[in-house]
Amino acid sequence: MKRPERGKSLFRFAAPQLFYPLAGALAPWFAGAAAVLTILGLWLAFFVAPTDAQQGEVYRVIFIHVPAAWMSMFVYLIMAFWSAVGLVMNTRLSFMMARALAPTGAMFCVVALVTGALWGKPTWGAYWVWDARLTSQLLLLFLYFGFMALTEAIEDPRRADKAGAIIALVGAVNVPIIYFSVKWWNTLHQGASVSLTKAPSMAATMLAGMLVMALASWAYTITVTLWRVRPLILERERHAEWVAAELDALEGRI
Amino acid sequence: MSRTLGPFAAVLHRDLLLAWRGRADVLVTLAFFVVVVCLFPFGVGAETNQLRSIAPGVLWVAALLATLLSLHRLFAQDHADGTLEQLLLSPEPTVLWVVAKVVAHWIATGLPLVIVAPALALLFDVEQGALGVLVLSLALGTPILALLGAVGAALTLGLRGGGMLLALLVLPLFVPVLIFGAGAVDSHLSGTGADAHILLLGGGLLGALALAPVACAAALRIAVE
Repeated sequence: MKRPERGKSLFRFAAPQLFYPLAGALAPWFAGAAAVLTILGLWLAFFVAPTDAQQGEVYRVIFIHVPAAWMSMFVYLIMAFWSAVGLVMNTRLSFMMARALAPTGAMFCVVALVTGALWGKPTWGAYWVWDARLTSQLLLLFLYFGFMALTEAIEDPRRADKAGAIIALVGAVNVPIIYFSVKWWNTLHQGASVSLTKAPSMAATMLAGMLVMALASWAYTITVTLWRVRPLILERERHAEWVAAELDALEGRI
Repeated sequence: MSRTLGPFAAVLHRDLLLAWRGRADVLVTLAFFVVVVCLFPFGVGAETNQLRSIAPGVLWVAALLATLLSLHRLFAQDHADGTLEQLLLSPEPTVLWVVAKVVAHWIATGLPLVIVAPALALLFDVEQGALGVLVLSLALGTPILALLGAVGAALTLGLRGGGMLLALLVLPLFVPVLIFGAGAVDSHLSGTGADAHILLLGGGLLGALALAPVACAAALRIAVE
């Protein structure tokens, strides 16, 4: 099989045929990075970081809770970004990326909510309060569910892609509105732990542990997204010759 | 009548006429609203002070659910008989007749809720001074629900289990409207004044009016592709 001639620019990887092997080649590297960073981050979190003066050992859930919460929001924005690219440039791969991202974002939402509940019980005395952060995180989870349910419910993949892209964008416009509406409605959650404009209010090792865990979450997200997009590419491009060759090769290996 | 408003007025007139001819459908939405509101005293107890304090939230949630139930009718009939495709093929601007359809839908289903709400509020012993704020908040808020819901209705057009999916898609988006709508009445009752909430609802309505029809038009094109 002869590869089509394409430009040298990075944009050539927008072609599913070229991105498929690239994703396969990159994923193990990111998986390795995720593993190393997670081990390093957890070591910092549980053995190096000092015990918190006010909360004792309970605070250590922060090392999973905060990166997961950050990630759940980033992933939605990236999903909306790929949706916009897909709608504007009509690229097939962008829609597949959006769909590959959604389950990971929803998972981080759940992780943030569950660890937050476990943290809330000893510190606030309740698993759940109707506070701005918690409520908007819950609604973000519902937005992910809506996106996934809609794209799964539509059988025609082209329609599913575009409909999903529209709801992702409508949701992206609404996320700040939801956030501020629930913030004005009710608030209890502590302020941001880390700010770009202020000196960090926590010990350096605590901050380091949290940032390493955040990087680990990024690496994990990239890994599973690449892994999830590969079968999506094969499924969507199954009419193409190169997919048949790829599947034959895969079968030979087993 | 000016040339641009021609198609707008035509679609508006047609949809209102259809709603009038099929009054039963519209009345069911209104009856649902009334019944849901009347269920709450049975559920939470008929203690007057408690009823008075939950009244704004109850009325708003019931209005939101009634709107949600009526949304699937917005495009379903036109989709089934092919009118929708003809409208999309016509040279008239899609956004224009989409707004006309949403406006007609709101007049048929949202406006009756706004009119009935004060009478129901009296059942919850809400003081009469707050009724005006309640009506105003519903009058500004329910069109936002209709506009956002229209996007969801267009996206789920013709799908199996579309109704449940529609609820999952649009309910999280409805939350800000619910908060500011019920909040307007609450803050009036607590004496802080409802101006901020009412202004936010007004701003939300203008924003939804600018953005939602565009998304809705795009979703309709995808649905009939």
